[in-house]
Amino acid sequence: MKIHEYQAKEVLRKFGVPTPKGIPCFSVDEAVKAADTLGGKVWVVKAQIHAGGRGKGGGVKVAKSRDEVREWAGKILGMQLVTHQTGPGGQKVRRLLVEEGADIKKELYVGMVVDRGTQKVALMASSEGGMDIEEVAAHTPEKIHKIFIDPTTGLTDTECDEVAGKIGIPEASLAQARVVLQGLYKAFVETDSSLAEINPLILTGDGRVVALDGKIDLDGNAMFRHPDLLAMRDLDEEDPAEVQASKFDLNYIQLDGTIGCLVNGAGLAMATMDTIKLYGGSPANFLDVGGGATTEKVTEAFKIMLSNPKLSAILVNIFGGIMRCDVIAEGVVAAAKEVKLGVPLVVRMKGTNEALGKKILADSGLPIITADNMGEAAERVVAASKGKN
Amino acid sequence: MSILINKNTRVVTQGITGKTGQFHTRTSREYANGKNCYVAGVNPKKAGEDFEGIPIFGSVKDAKAQTGCNVSVIYVPPPGAAAAIWEAVESDLDLVICITEGIPVRDMVELRDRMRKEKRRSLLIGPNCPGVITPDEIKIGIMPGHIHKKGRIGVVSRSGTLTYEAVGQLTELGLGQSTAVGIGGDPVNGLKHIDVMRLFNDDPETEAVVMIGEIGGSDEEEAALWVKANMKKPVVGFIAGVTAPAGKRMGHAGAIISGGKGTAQEKLAVMEACGIKVTKNPAEMGHLLKSVLK
Repeated sequence: MKIHEYQAKEVLRKFGVPTPKGIPCFSVDEAVKAADTLGGKVWVVKAQIHAGGRGKGGGVKVAKSRDEVREWAGKILGMQLVTHQTGPGGQKVRRLLVEEGADIKKELYVGMVVDRGTQKVALMASSEGGMDIEEVAAHTPEKIHKIFIDPTTGLTDTECDEVAGKIGIPEASLAQARVVLQGLYKAFVETDSSLAEINPLILTGDGRVVALDGKIDLDGNAMFRHPDLLAMRDLDEEDPAEVQASKFDLNYIQLDGTIGCLVNGAGLAMATMDTIKLYGGSPANFLDVGGGATTEKVTEAFKIMLSNPKLSAILVNIFGGIMRCDVIAEGVVAAAKEVKLGVPLVVRMKGTNEALGKKILADSGLPIITADNMGEAAERVVAASKGKN
Repeated sequence: MSILINKNTRVVTQGITGKTGQFHTRTSREYANGKNCYVAGVNPKKAGEDFEGIPIFGSVKDAKAQTGCNVSVIYVPPPGAAAAIWEAVESDLDLVICITEGIPVRDMVELRDRMRKEKRRSLLIGPNCPGVITPDEIKIGIMPGHIHKKGRIGVVSRSGTLTYEAVGQLTELGLGQSTAVGIGGDPVNGLKHIDVMRLFNDDPETEAVVMIGEIGGSDEEEAALWVKANMKKPVVGFIAGVTAPAGKRMGHAGAIISGGKGTAQEKLAVMEACGIKVTKNPAEMGHLLKSVLK
């Protein structure tokens, strides 16, 4: 689960990490009022969307007067902000963060993730702050320093000082760096984060270490113990089709292609997408209906797939284990009757009660194209999507 | 022979009284030697009762003392699942198979650290996995038993239904399985591909192995390098997620391409370089395996 920068900074502050003073705003007037409340002579107006690269896209501006705050807030609020993470359509800006300006002497990077190999939390730090860290990792990996943190001891003072020294934090600021790094680690663990990044972490002219930006992704599976964090979820930032799917416990991800896929199991769903591609088509979505699909869930899945204007055909691929093929077949028939299909439908089902499932489809009188294996199914759905039956 | 489990395995089910635990205990008990294998259940509030004849104990320790069970299967809901794994590990069982999906990663990080620091001997499979089956002997988990056939092909995979797909193809070609292992789709888990590969290599009755992976992490690459250096048997592979976009979690918590790492293309390239025959067509997994048999 993603949260906004201003929310991530709220979390970081709770764990002692210093950030610039800032106020989240929902309107231009609020932004101007925020600048007044903050005082000073320089402010930063920052678009709040769940994507990185906001500065490059024009979503972060420095204002040197009240009028400039008004001007930038007016321009940024409501804009479709396009970054390398939003896709070409961009994301509409609905919230702003107005912050006091900072005196930046040096920009650094620190981040944390769970490392799968060591099964520990990894601290990554670099002197190359403010840049896309993936670029740094790809071109100058020696500039990224890693520490795998022992869960029992946590991030020790020695480890902090060592890594802080490597990324160019001067001796006089080491104590402050400890506060930031240990605070970040504590925040990461106690909020069940899957990713926490400060990019840039800055060294100010007077030697302070401050989180100028903040990004936290939370482990959705742990939100049962964090109702306060769950309340930070912003549905406006999520794909409406994905939100709708999640209400029905369907795992749906919108993609760029034209062939809808309805599959049971995440691995098989990915493999189905791959097979479609292999036969010259392109998947419109990832959709795992899970193990307990009912007629209602299958119908809802069809509705969500059909809401995609690019859809040219649908492939249902089921390996019935615990899930019986006849149940899926009934779901498909009910869905096809309730929602107007309008595109060709190819069904491949295998496993428990396969024969009965196939009979239900045949008896329904629906123009369903059937297939016996995944390859055949993909071939047929690609042909059907191009109007060749 | 087989790996990890066989007809002599004695199983305790943690979470036997929940809906999922009940359902899968029933179907597992009906499979092959299941009647003799499923000897105990655990629920601290229902000690002394039974589930359809299977005695329920207050703790795994009690169950082990009373029944001699050596393997646990866990259906406990996510909030208590890591603690349930620990209870089984602390009772020194040989193997703990955790089916539960949705355990917080932090819980698994702490659990795995504790298992390593205390040098615990129990092996862990999962969480978020379909389980393990040795056809015609024992089924522990949620896979459909009837698609399997006893034989000499090992199967190891991170995903559930995709494993069934591979097993189904093998069975259709008349190729039975020695053991099929679902290691699960979570980022922090127990046995990895490489560990299961070692076991298959040492199992005299496993002749060849199908290794199925998916995007995210580097487990498949590590297993491939190990295969190149050590494996005496042919291995074929498939990686799901060639079409998966970066930064999107594809169902499994572990199936995500992040920082440009963990792509299917990258994994397939390493596997091929290590002498593993790979296919980009999941409908061809069975035929590919058949082609490498002597």
